[in-house]
Amino acid sequence: MSGRLFAGGPARADHLAAYGPLPEPGSRLIDAVARADLRGRGGAAFPAAIKLRAGAEGRRPVVVVNGTEGEPISAKDATLLTWAPHPVLDGAVLAARAVGAREILVVAPAHVRLAAAVAERRDRLDISVVERAPGFVAGEETAVIAHLEGRPGRPRVKPPWPAEHGYHRRATLVQNVDTLALVALIARGEWSDTRLVTLSGAVRNPGVAEARPGVPAADLVEPSEPLRALLVGGYFGGWVKPDERVGPSGAGVVVALGRSACPVAETALLTAWLARESAGQCGPCVHGLGALAGVLARIAAGRPEAEDFGRLTRWTDMVRGRGACAHPDGVARMLASARRVFAAKLEDHAHHGPCTACRAPATLAA
Amino acid sequence: MPRARDSRRLIVDPIACSGHGLCAELLPEGIELDDWGYPIIREAAGDPAHAEHLERAVAACPALALRIMDTQ
Repeated sequence: MSGRLFAGGPARADHLAAYGPLPEPGSRLIDAVARADLRGRGGAAFPAAIKLRAGAEGRRPVVVVNGTEGEPISAKDATLLTWAPHPVLDGAVLAARAVGAREILVVAPAHVRLAAAVAERRDRLDISVVERAPGFVAGEETAVIAHLEGRPGRPRVKPPWPAEHGYHRRATLVQNVDTLALVALIARGEWSDTRLVTLSGAVRNPGVAEARPGVPAADLVEPSEPLRALLVGGYFGGWVKPDERVGPSGAGVVVALGRSACPVAETALLTAWLARESAGQCGPCVHGLGALAGVLARIAAGRPEAEDFGRLTRWTDMVRGRGACAHPDGVARMLASARRVFAAKLEDHAHHGPCTACRAPATLAA
Repeated sequence: MPRARDSRRLIVDPIACSGHGLCAELLPEGIELDDWGYPIIREAAGDPAHAEHLERAVAACPALALRIMDTQ
């Protein structure tokens, strides 16, 4: 790990030596975050200042540090909580003071040990750590609140937004771990629009890195073989060709797909996995993603039905905006990108069946 | 207030909806069913010309999944 966020290390003394004491901007923090135009780093890229303002106006506010990170190919949040817990907690404390909250709830995977860092804090706020709920959609903010209240970690219909009606009906500010660490850098005047990314696949440099602004995803990876494509933005992101100059987006996940891997087999596996990860609440998501997974499986196996390519277009459009959360929209985005980047490969498989690369081990963790 | 009626919007709660499909029969001008039997709401659903059908569709939903929202 390198970069500004990891300058201090896990112990509070080293953290204070590297960053100095926590500044006290109070509610002026919100203006600083707005000026920096900080967007949420959990995937949805919602402006952080808008959430902070809404939280400040609500009843008995509480801050939730969202380290759920349900995406299996993302590791930045767990890495931050493990190696740089104090920048994250600094951000949570600053956010709590800005909105008038006295309580902070940190949601994290079981393998992340936060007790020592929390015990070292001297913020006079009530900080507790809760183990995350399992599942891809468990990180969506209303799912996190449901889990904290002891119910299954599934999204609900919005509005009302968590800032109006959140954890036990309190005004709830849910921010991603990474977003809060950046809030603390902004308060210290030390942020320069860097972005944490998780790199995997056919790369020599897998893991979490802090990327400078404006660097295309293709330049962040050191390929271990010639590349066919990159999945940028995670399972909800988009496939792009290696020569497309797009920056990391969403939760900052970049997967490199090598020539030895089959994009059709990978996309079919990913679609099936995402269909299984539906919370199972909304009809169009349950049936639509299941139907799309079937289409992809038939094309990959070389046994498409006559209408399958038409269905791929029709059903991708049909599931958009039809769920309580953005799960179907994310799958639709990924499939639309697969059609654009892998059009010829999809046709090849439909007509000739599996290719030699189909037998390679899957690149995606799904 | 006729203006408020102009801007009514029909909202479906996708978690509550279980795809009975009654709404599409009662308000075919504004609702069609997708390939799995779940309603797709068209903008025309809020058209004052079909106000009576709209209200009947909302009242008839066995899952209470439909709601009319007045937008400004």
